[in-house]
Formats: sequence, structure tokens, C-alpha cells
Amino acid sequence: MFVLDTILHRARHGCRTMSFPAGPPPALPDRHGGALRVDAAKCAGSCDACVPVCPTQAIAKPPGKPVALDLGKCIFCAACVETCPTNAITQTKDHRMAARRREDLLLGEPGEEEVRLAAALDGKLKKLFGRSLRLRQVSAGGCGACEADTNVLGTIGWDLGRFGIQFVASPRHADGLLITGAVSRNMELALKKTYAAVPSPKIVIAVGACAITGGPFIGHPQILNGAGPVVPVDLFVPGCPPHPLTILDGLLRLLDRLERP
Amino acid sequence: MNLPREFRLLSNGTSLPWAEIPEWPGEEFISATAAELERGGRLAAWFGVPENAATRLVAVIAFDADNTLAVGRSAPLAKSCPSLTLRQPQAYLFEREVWEQHGLVPEGHPWLKPVRRQDGGHPAVGEFFQVAGREVHEVSVGPVHAGIIEPGHFRFQCNGEEVLYLEIALGYQHRGVEEALAGGPQRATMSQMETVAGDTTIGHMTAYAMTLEALAETEAPLRGQWLRAVALELERLANHTGDLGALAGDVAFLPTSAACGKIRGDFLNLTALICGNRFGRGLVRPGGCKVDLEPQRAAQLRERLRVALDDVAAAAAWLWDANSVRARFELTGPVSAEQADDVGLVGVAARASGLVRDVRFDHPAGWHRFAQMPVSVWPDGDVFARARVRWLEIQRSGKFLDEQLASPPDGELRGAAGHLAADTLAVSLVEGWRGEICHVALTDNAGKFRRYKIVDPSFHNWAGLALALRRQAISDFPICNKSFNLSYCGFDL
Repeated sequence: MFVLDTILHRARHGCRTMSFPAGPPPALPDRHGGALRVDAAKCAGSCDACVPVCPTQAIAKPPGKPVALDLGKCIFCAACVETCPTNAITQTKDHRMAARRREDLLLGEPGEEEVRLAAALDGKLKKLFGRSLRLRQVSAGGCGACEADTNVLGTIGWDLGRFGIQFVASPRHADGLLITGAVSRNMELALKKTYAAVPSPKIVIAVGACAITGGPFIGHPQILNGAGPVVPVDLFVPGCPPHPLTILDGLLRLLDRLERP
Repeated sequence: MNLPREFRLLSNGTSLPWAEIPEWPGEEFISATAAELERGGRLAAWFGVPENAATRLVAVIAFDADNTLAVGRSAPLAKSCPSLTLRQPQAYLFEREVWEQHGLVPEGHPWLKPVRRQDGGHPAVGEFFQVAGREVHEVSVGPVHAGIIEPGHFRFQCNGEEVLYLEIALGYQHRGVEEALAGGPQRATMSQMETVAGDTTIGHMTAYAMTLEALAETEAPLRGQWLRAVALELERLANHTGDLGALAGDVAFLPTSAACGKIRGDFLNLTALICGNRFGRGLVRPGGCKVDLEPQRAAQLRERLRVALDDVAAAAAWLWDANSVRARFELTGPVSAEQADDVGLVGVAARASGLVRDVRFDHPAGWHRFAQMPVSVWPDGDVFARARVRWLEIQRSGKFLDEQLASPPDGELRGAAGHLAADTLAVSLVEGWRGEICHVALTDNAGKFRRYKIVDPSFHNWAGLALALRRQAISDFPICNKSFNLSYCGFDL
């Protein structure tokens, strides 16, 4: 009998929700490299071996200048890490990489070796959304992976609801949008209309390399290279797809709900 | 000139010179293809290859019972040819696609309209099939849906609660994958193959790798093929488990819904144990695999796999035990074996209508030549059958993995990818978790892609969902949709 079975099962397993953020975050898989770090000082003069191996044109090395990496374009394939002879580009194993401003994802300048992590919403917005945030998700040219790892935050292990964050069925019920995908031209109008239907004040969160810059499809005429050209973005969460922990960290960072930075 | 009588046969994961593919004039090509399909073939791919100002049609036909594929092509056609759809409904979307991509008109096609609106228009703008009558009303859903899900548009013709007809308009996710492949492979090609349908990263990337290997006349080392087969079943386990949970959620059966949501993540984490990414990005590469599954890691994987399989067995048992679930699943959204065969369904949807159709069994390539598992079939064609086939496959994939992890082959993981032969056509089929993934590549005289065609299983199966909804209550749309769980981006490319 499933009625008895499910009760016994529940009694045996107890609560399955992780203790994070009160406790430590769950461990990333050991082969997950986490965010990247760029030590331009280690980058040898004329070498630009990392530039052609990057599938998404995330790395630039103008003549006479040090290497620059755009974590918003990065799909974390680690081809550059494996190619660099001087370890100028390294994996930090850090799941945290959400940023408030697009330029905070550009790595390489002195003092900007790593992502400048997102600050919380300020004043009025934090007061409005800090304890209750309703989001409408829009997939616009997404492959299903960012959507899946956003969806997983609603499962019992992560239980996004305990932070007062919820995905709702209508933009009219929402405080903002969470956008995935490269923003295909065929979704431009629907995205604009959805954004317009969200009452103000509202926020926009771009999840994944596609939504930030177009990701693997960057430069295709069929896409708009991310959400930025269509709507103003308040939070960028890099990854292909971002680990659920990275997305959760970004959301909690924005709402100032993290107990340790 | 004598007309060729036979399509050229080849097996999965092989190539042949473009010049050796038999050629028919347009009208004869349509009749020859129809004749092959009528004697038991199935249209795996149908596409155009531009040649000067004209277009050649190419047919890849699967003879499942004979474990063989057949290829033929037409002479260059300038404007039109007779429609194949009139004799074979399974060609109806293929012909619309060729018309949209190349402007070649299939004369007499019953419903000729774009499949993706590649011109930048809006997919839901245009003519839809309408049912007339005072009591009939139209319901329009999408592109943006109520959950965390990809966009698509559904247009229902209803009489009260009852759906008389459903037409599906897709194309919102179109990212130009095939267009970008011309002249390739490009730098971004592998990342794009991994995201054609992001929940089928291993499936599509394996098909791509096999295609390149066939063009280079190489083969991945056995250990690489083994690891691809392991990753493919992990992908199936994660998605099937997620689908069972989603189906349970749609009939408000929360114990299984909650449990499967978590267990799906456990399976994804097993893929991440191998390569660091939950979807298997960066694992499969032309020539083999990129990261190894060493003995210690394999042992850990096997241990965690057993726990997850036990968990999903418990969660599935609750589902089958509940009368309330069975009452909602049974007889809902039926697709008969005849309908499934007519529109060319593949994968879970085909097997749930009683068709024995599974690339791993019918067209074994790679590791599946050495290790098999039974085909999971259920006869009824309803939501219950589609759920049940998933559960059978979960068990069989689990057993397969347990055996495979116990006895891995030794040797290299990755060999040389090799140079792509010029003017050659290669075909690869992979049984992804949704069904048959078909990649066809044609190279030019420099060994670059002249045409690369991707057929995601969803391309075949959206028609199945439209049929399943006929004479059903519109309130059963979510559960019918979940029981197919098709890819929007895989269709839209």
C-alpha cells in the first residue's frame, strides 16, 4: 500500500532538504572546475594559444596587452585552462560567480582576476523582494539545461520556497523575469511582451552563457546574443548550464540572504 | 539511360561516396521512395542539398527489421516535385521543412506552411486549421508557458471540453544550428551539438562523433565507445525518472513527484561524477571520450547508482499502486500502433504504441554491437503505456549499467579523429532517451560540411502528441504533453 509505504519512507529518510545556506554548501563534483581566474601577469608576451581554442570567443588578446576573458561568454569547457602553458587561466573550484554588472564578468585587468560577485539589491527593492520574490521564467532559445537546473531548485533537496522565492505562471503575478537561452529572434516579441506584463518595479535575471551573450550560438543572425539587447538585466549567472548551487547563490546574493559571503 | 532500381544500402555509422548514391528524376524519386516506405521502410531523414540554383532531395530510409539503412537522391530539382506526403503521411513535416529551407514546392501537399518561420516572422502568425460550427471554440496557448519550460504554440479546436483538433506551431527556439554548420566543422560546432537539445547532450554528441568518425573512416577505441554507452544510459535514467515524477505531479500524486525530482538530480550527478557537468558537456569527443572513468570512480558510480535505482523503484511502485493514478493515466491520450506507424513515431512514444523500434536493437553501432538490452514495449498507446515504457527502460538501463560498470574494456579512451573524406555522405543513428537521433553529413570537395542534417526524435513525435489529443478533454493536455515530453529546441534547431 503506497499510503503506508510513503509514510514509512518519509519516516526513514527524514527531511531531505540541504542545510545550506545555514550549513556549508553541498560539494561540487570534483571535476567541476568552478569559476575561472585570470592572472594576466603570468601570461607570456606573444603567446595567444588560448584565443583560438575558445569555442565562444570569450578570450581576447590584443597585441601588446594581457589576456582578457569574458566569463559571460564562457561555457566552462576548460580548453583554455588546458592550453595555457603558464597557468595564467586557472579553475577556482568556486561555485560563486553571479554578478550584478556585465563588466564584473570581465577578467584579466589587475585587481580584476576573478568575478566581482553580485551585491544585494538596495533599499526599496530589497525591502520589497528580500523576503518574497515571484519570478516568471522565460526560455528564449534555451536548450533545456539551464531550465532544468533552475527547475531543480524547486525539488525537495533545494526547496527554493523556503527563501520565499517562487516561479509563477503569469507575468502579472511576478516581480521579475528569469531568462534562459540566447534569445532567438522568434522569441523577441514574446519576451518583450512578457517583460511589459510584469508590474514595476521589476528585476531581470539572466541565467547561463546563452542568456548573457548567446553562448555557443554567439554571432548567429537568428539570435540576439542574450537578453541584454532586449531588456535591462539586474543579475548575470554564468555557466553552461550554471550548477544549481551557482543559481541559488546568485538569487540569495541578490536578496541579501546569504549568511556568509 | 536505365533508371536505378535499388536504393544504396549502408549500416548505421558508416559512409559512402556521394557519387555512388543512386539518383532518380524528381517524380520517379518520389515514387521509388514511397515504394520503399510501403514495403516496410521508415523515413529517418528527408532533406535538400543545394546544387547551383536547384535542390537535390535525399532520402535516408530505415529498414528496422533488416538492420539496414537505404539512401537515394533525386536529380537537381528547380521548383517543385510531387508530394510524398500524399502517399506517406510520415513525410509531411519533412516536406514542409524542405520547402521552407530550399523553396522546393511539394505539389499537392495538404498543409504547406513553414515549420520554424526561419524568415524571422512569428510562428503563431498565419493560417491554422479550423473546425467550423456554432459550438466550436478555439483555445490558443503559448509561446510562453506556465512552468519552467521551453516555448511553443498550441492551437486547439474544441467543442466544450473536448479537443477536436490540435495544431502545434513551433520555431520559437530557432538558433540556426544547421545553417552555421555549412562549411564546418567550426570552432563552436561541438558546443552547439551538445546544446542542440541540452537534455540530450550525450545522444546528439555521440551521433555527431560517430558521423565524423564515419567520414574519416576511423572508429573510436572500444573503451571510448563503452563510456559513451554508459553515459547514454545515465542520460536516459535521469530523464525518464524526471518524466515519471512530472507525470505524477500532473495528476497531483505528490509522493512520486517529490521523490523523482530529487532522484533525477542524483542521476544527473552521476554524469557529473564522470565529467564534472550534470548534462555530460565535454565528455564525448570525435575519436572517443575526453575524460576517463577510472576503476575507483567506476566503483563509486556503481554504488551510487544502486542507491538511486532502489529509490526510483520505490517511488515508481507507489505510482503503479495508486488507483487514482491509474484512473488518470489509462485510456488518456491514446495513439494506436497504426497511427504511430503512419506518422513515423520513434522512441518511447513508438514503443508505447506497441512498435518494436529501438536503434540500440535495430541498428546497433558502437558499444551496442557487443552489449544489448531488451526493447521495452507496451501495447496500449496511452499515457499509462508511455509511463510504463519509461519504467521498463529505467530497470533495463539500470541493469545494463550495473553489468557494464563491472566489466569495462581496457585500452585507449580516445583515438585520432582523422581527416574528413571529401564528397562523402555519412549517417549516424543513436537511440537518445526520447528516441531516434539521426545525423547526416555530406562533405564538399575539400572535406568540409556541404550539408549537415539533424533529425531530433521530437521532429517525428510532435505529430504523435497532436494525434493523442483528439477527442480528449483539453484539461488532459498537460498530462499528454508530459507523457511525450518532447524537445522544442531539438525541433527548432
